Amino acid sequence: MAYARDLTAIRGLIASHKRWDRVFAVCGLLALMLGVLTFTALFVDMAIDGFPRLSWDFLTSFPSRKPAQAGILSAWVGTAMVMLVTAFVAVPLGVAAGVYLEEYAPKNWVTDIIEINITNLAGVPSIVYGLLALGLFVYQFGLGHSVLAAGLTLALLILPVVIVATREAIRSIPQGIREGAYALGGTQWQVCSDHIIPYSMPGILTGVIIGMARAIGETAPIITIGALTFIAFLPAPPVMAQAPFVNFEWLFSGFTVMPIQMFNWTSRPEAAFLQNAAAAGFVLVLMTLAMNGLAIYLRYRIRRNIKW
Amino acid sequence: MVMKLKSGLRALALAGAALAVQGAYAQQIVKIDGSSTVYPISEAVAEEFQKMKKGAIKVTVGISGTGGGFKKFCRGETDVSDASRPISAKEMAACAQAGIKYVELPVAFDALTVVINPKNTWIKELKVEELKKMWEPGAQGKITKWNQVNPSWPDAPLKLFGPGADSGTFDYFTDAINGKEKASRGDFTASEDDNVLVQGVSRDVNAIGYFGLAYYVENKGKLKAAPIVNKGSSKAVSPSLETVMDGTYQPLARPIFIYVSDKSMNKPEVKAFVEYYIKNAPKLVKEVGYVPLGKQHYDQAAKNFAAKKLGTGFGGKSEVGIKVEELLAREGKL
Repeated sequence: MAYARDLTAIRGLIASHKRWDRVFAVCGLLALMLGVLTFTALFVDMAIDGFPRLSWDFLTSFPSRKPAQAGILSAWVGTAMVMLVTAFVAVPLGVAAGVYLEEYAPKNWVTDIIEINITNLAGVPSIVYGLLALGLFVYQFGLGHSVLAAGLTLALLILPVVIVATREAIRSIPQGIREGAYALGGTQWQVCSDHIIPYSMPGILTGVIIGMARAIGETAPIITIGALTFIAFLPAPPVMAQAPFVNFEWLFSGFTVMPIQMFNWTSRPEAAFLQNAAAAGFVLVLMTLAMNGLAIYLRYRIRRNIKW
Repeated sequence: MVMKLKSGLRALALAGAALAVQGAYAQQIVKIDGSSTVYPISEAVAEEFQKMKKGAIKVTVGISGTGGGFKKFCRGETDVSDASRPISAKEMAACAQAGIKYVELPVAFDALTVVINPKNTWIKELKVEELKKMWEPGAQGKITKWNQVNPSWPDAPLKLFGPGADSGTFDYFTDAINGKEKASRGDFTASEDDNVLVQGVSRDVNAIGYFGLAYYVENKGKLKAAPIVNKGSSKAVSPSLETVMDGTYQPLARPIFIYVSDKSMNKPEVKAFVEYYIKNAPKLVKEVGYVPLGKQHYDQAAKNFAAKKLGTGFGGKSEVGIKVEELLAREGKL
């Protein structure tokens, strides 16, 4: 009898645990839906508002005072140029800093202070980076109100995110891999370059996605360092037919970016400009998705090759 | 580390600059920056000018606000500065120190409109004194009902909408109505985005707000403009193209400006651009929803520019209710 009573008790226990599982699953789903539905609602609303304006002309025209003729050519090219600089600067610097902190840095109070500061940097308002960059990049280094200055500013902004993501990714690599590599006589650099960095690449890419998605929507620091609003020409293309074939003039060109163009349009009195802003927002989301899609694809490719 | 980074960046910048010089072709760029109020006009002129020159001369326009624009202007970074108020004494000093001299050219009128809900039946006209009673700093927390301003108005909550404190519109309204720039009550719904103010006033019978005339013109169906009675006058004047141009809509109309650096005036592309600006302003200003100056004003401005009449007519402070012809004739101060 005692045995049967125990069994009922255990069954009751299992049932109650399962109930809690379901409760949590529902809570989790609700939490997920809250985010997804909000985004979907905003995105659909924007798509409906902006869709009539989306056309090839919209992507290949310069801004104009006439809403029907205005386009986002200078804005999306500007955003693409700035993002390119940001990625080229933030990823190597962030990964190097993360690897150093995890693998090389001695564990002492100086490292601790650096760690705490990096985590705090992720929470600094972006306008502060803009002000810093205005003094440092624009005037001190004499880079001017250029694509390069903007790219470096955004790189600084997302550096903490990349560093933190790199470190988390490195920490998830089993200690045995490291020990095995050292046991075979690998130097610290060989261990890092052949094992640690490749294995942590998927995690790093996740950090890069989050960072770049933040950077692409930033307006305040870009305005602070002196981005333009009306610019109806593109810088000389980076590749040329005659020697020296490459041209870095675009790095020093004036520019505007998508969020600035959108913000300018939303503040105009004519309702047709609001439509333009919605269409530009739609394109910006697509650009972000394309960027993330590339990173996710790379992550998938790399993960497939990791076997341990 | 920092030093290395710095020298590394410098090297990179130099290498890039060298390449840039190598690849550079004769670039003629006119650089404009400054007020967001003047921006639509400068944008329109820049667009047309570039089209006319077939891209041989490039024009860029930024929005740093009037103050931010003058900062760059007085550093010599821009050729033309958009300004929704005259240059201040501080900015004059900064320009003088850097050796930047300039010509001050009014390009259009900016008129503020006091708007109410179309269902509002009790406002037939508004006296400047009544506006002051609503908006002065002392009204904060005290004047909360319409009948506190004028006993013949209803006992209904007074809902105020206005631009934020960073806006030139806010500066001018407080100067014209409360007698001191930036002196305003703080307990009103503020937004830098005028479209938010339009929405706010159009949805609430008890609302009153102010913003640029262009926003009212675009939203005439949703809003009503209150006719304004100036101090010492008994006649209520509604804001419109005509009343602003003939100077009867006061004190809420003011000229807005561009400032042209004298060094840049020697560059043919800048000279051509500014001449084009003045010549085409009457048409383009109207197109973007602003009120153009009179023809005689533009003629005089063109003459002042040709004669390089340097300096500001204001001497470092704003003035309410100034006549444009008088301003253009004044001795310039640097």
